[in-house]
Amino acid sequence: MSDLFLVMPEIILAVGAMVTLMIGTFLGDRRVGAYQISALVTLAAAISAVAAVYGTNATAFSGTIGIDNFGNFAKYLIYGASFVCIMIAPRFFKAEMRGEYPVLIVLAALGMGIMVASRDMMTLYIGLELNSLAAYVLASFMRSDDRSSEAGLKYFVLGALASGMLLYGVSLLYGFTGSTQFADIGAALSSDISIGEIFGLIFVLSGLAFKISAVPFHMWTPDVYEGAPTPVTTFFASAPKVAAMALMTRVAIDAMGPAMGAWQQIVIFLALASIILGAVGAIGQKNIKRLLAYSSINNVGFMLIGLATGTQAGVEAILFYLLVYVVTTLGAFLVVLQLTDSDGNRVESIPALAGLSERRPGLAAALAVFLFSLAGIPPLFGFWPKFLVFEAAVNAGLVPLAVAGIAASVIGAFYYIAVIKTMYFDDKSDVEITGQGSVMDNAMLTASALWLSVIGYVFIPVLGVATASAAAVLF
Amino acid sequence: MGILSLMLAIPAIAAILCVFSGDRLARFVALGATLVNFILGLLLWARFEVGGAQWQFVERADIFGRFQYALGIDGIALMLILLSVFLMPLCILASWQAVKKQVGLFMAMFLLMETIVIGVFAAQDLILFYIFFEAALIPMYFIIGIWGGDNRKYAAFKFFLYTLLGSVLMLIAIIAMIHSAGTSDITVLLNHDFPKDMQFWLWLAFFASLAVKMPMFPVHTWLPDAHVQAPTAGSMILAGVLLKMGSYGFIRFLMPMFPDASADLMWLVFILSMIAVVYTSLVAFVQSDMKKLIAYSSVAHMAIVTAGLFAFNQQGLEGAMIIMLSHGVVSAALFFCVGVIYDRLHTREINRYGGLAQNMPAYAVFFLLFTMASIGLPGTSGFVGEFLSLLGVYEASSIVALICATGIILGAAYMLYLYRRVVFGDLTKDDVKAMTDLNAREWAIMVPLAAVALWMGIYPENFLAPIRDDVAAVVERLAEAKPAGDAQLAMPQVNLETATAQIAAPVQGAE
Repeated sequence: MSDLFLVMPEIILAVGAMVTLMIGTFLGDRRVGAYQISALVTLAAAISAVAAVYGTNATAFSGTIGIDNFGNFAKYLIYGASFVCIMIAPRFFKAEMRGEYPVLIVLAALGMGIMVASRDMMTLYIGLELNSLAAYVLASFMRSDDRSSEAGLKYFVLGALASGMLLYGVSLLYGFTGSTQFADIGAALSSDISIGEIFGLIFVLSGLAFKISAVPFHMWTPDVYEGAPTPVTTFFASAPKVAAMALMTRVAIDAMGPAMGAWQQIVIFLALASIILGAVGAIGQKNIKRLLAYSSINNVGFMLIGLATGTQAGVEAILFYLLVYVVTTLGAFLVVLQLTDSDGNRVESIPALAGLSERRPGLAAALAVFLFSLAGIPPLFGFWPKFLVFEAAVNAGLVPLAVAGIAASVIGAFYYIAVIKTMYFDDKSDVEITGQGSVMDNAMLTASALWLSVIGYVFIPVLGVATASAAAVLF
Repeated sequence: MGILSLMLAIPAIAAILCVFSGDRLARFVALGATLVNFILGLLLWARFEVGGAQWQFVERADIFGRFQYALGIDGIALMLILLSVFLMPLCILASWQAVKKQVGLFMAMFLLMETIVIGVFAAQDLILFYIFFEAALIPMYFIIGIWGGDNRKYAAFKFFLYTLLGSVLMLIAIIAMIHSAGTSDITVLLNHDFPKDMQFWLWLAFFASLAVKMPMFPVHTWLPDAHVQAPTAGSMILAGVLLKMGSYGFIRFLMPMFPDASADLMWLVFILSMIAVVYTSLVAFVQSDMKKLIAYSSVAHMAIVTAGLFAFNQQGLEGAMIIMLSHGVVSAALFFCVGVIYDRLHTREINRYGGLAQNMPAYAVFFLLFTMASIGLPGTSGFVGEFLSLLGVYEASSIVALICATGIILGAAYMLYLYRRVVFGDLTKDDVKAMTDLNAREWAIMVPLAAVALWMGIYPENFLAPIRDDVAAVVERLAEAKPAGDAQLAMPQVNLETATAQIAAPVQGAE
């Protein structure tokens, strides 16, 4: 197959982004319907292009890009999440909605598609930067809002620092192994590991840990999540998490697999620190977006347990976890988007949710499902990926890690059920939450909540095959 | 669709209906669904072949890929499912008027709870079991938190986190078991011999979870809080069914799957049981809150269950099973007795009552019956269970039997003391004088509970017959691991003649 056919999804995205930009420019920012549809069609076309190449296992452009099930699985999630994030935007931005928003999301999705398909440090970096640059602009999308500008600046400064660390690590690895391609780096690392290679490896991992917001590289997350406009936060919490986590997994297994002894301890530390700090840090939070930011840190910790095993079962668990996490996060933010009071102001404070169960029983029930699912309490489907992660850890002999992780998950459960307590047990607050979602919003909300309640378990066989075939690529 | 699947599905569907229906309709939907399930439960009992295959009504479907939707029951599970479906309609009736806000949601939570507890007892796959076992937290969290007393939020949190912390350790053990044995099928695992060192850790992990659920000393402290704050029906189901999930775990998993570790660690269970029996009985004695008193008495009863189970013999296990069933009925009845007068006076303070025998004679009779059943008076269900399990414990260790028997004496003391203060004495307080006797709805709840308590006490064979073979299977599984001869904790064997001779000898020498 020709190289161009293999990267068809990315070509579609690039062209589609330009077309959408043109539509936005020539028809004007007020023609929301026109550029929304263009962006959505672009993403839908990209998803079907991924489906067309699904199952192939080939490299393109002299081995710098790899098309395989692992990347394709991640692309489904990334493009799907981007699709949802474009759909929910107009109701939030209202008059401030501009054509740049869908364009930037599509460009970020393109960057992420390149990230998860890369088999070379340079491709990786290009994808990462394309995604990050789009993300910086998105974070400060509401120019008139101080918090949004602050979030954008913070994200940019710290993101640039992380990119620098990553590049430095890449240059060290290149210097000591003589290649930027994952396969060659892996081959070079399989013999003795020099101190320079270890340095390179640590810097690369640190740069990537920043992108997935693992502790101790998480500081930007709560501020950016809180400050960015909610649809953008929804985006940050879903698609880039998938891309960065998939990328980190590929780099760790593909390029650094032979040096697992050198990075396993680091990943274990990142995992436990993220789980514990993500849980403890969330306890005092009064803002629902900050809380969800800590929750994402906490969940990344559980995914990293899967990575720490370095086994195929661990990678399968990560992919499964990403899927369930994305659905849950999108659902939770769909709820947050509907939280407005009668004057149309955004409600983000958790105490204001008191009595939500009586004012908006459906919304409260959906949020309760998402939170219990994030906490991993069965029978909600969020339990299953946690089970897979711990199973991978126990089977790989990392029983103490599994025990520590699962004990810390109880701390996490505390703040999730605290929000549920506010919604269901506390007396009604003064804030009257009247916001309504569109029919599509409510349909997506209902579908995700139902899927996460118990229906998801029926999908285990199908998803198990998909994740297994995706994970098998790396081994 | 098999009968067990039907029993899982009916309450779940009814729960969804309840959420979307008005208050009045929700009550009838819930009552109807639980009654249908009760009838199905009776059908299950009627069709259960005593002495037939160990696992009956087996259903298997491979819809989850990694684990099976596998249901099936033996006699032990049958009895516990019967207990659950018997109590559920009574709980719905008990909350008929007491629950006023968000009735639909309340009924939905109860119905979900019914699905979950039946699932726990019927699951034949370890992962399926764990999902049901943990799921019980969610409806109970809401029942305590939304419809509970003044301090309900604290109690709900404590209940949730305490039991969750215990359960997650069990999850790691379950994963390790599946990895080691290569299957999550409970029927296979029951006969799988895990390596001895591994058993020790698995046993501890399961014990951590089950002991909290049970609850055993010293992790029982969530129970009084949860009981006091929960609404009447919540307490009934908590004491009646949820606590049994812990003891069911002991008899289903802990003992037959890890027999060596069970034998090695029986001293731990015996010591904790002995402490619990005496300590919680004494604590119950000084309570001024009726629900707290009954909650502590639950802990004491459960301690006799654990002691009976770890006697490792037929009588001990059968006795423990009967205490579980009897306690399920009797403690639910006692909580309902508290609920009846709480609905009238809105206080649980024992001292606020007195002399109820004069204006509520029917109530006084029922309360007396359940008090006696709790103490273990012959002719009531409590006697059969306590007698059998103490007999079993005595064979294992006379000291443990002695101390557990003290607990029963203490139990008689605090229950009679409670009864005297509430029902006897002079009717002095005006508001107490104004209290009316049982109404028709309360009669409808009291009569079935009383009938079962007496039935179990007078002719327990109906309840013992289905479990006999299954208990024997557990005992057989433990037989190899059981400490040889007398138990580790037994009194040193003393030969009477030599003992007399030894005592006599120095006396003779002194002459």
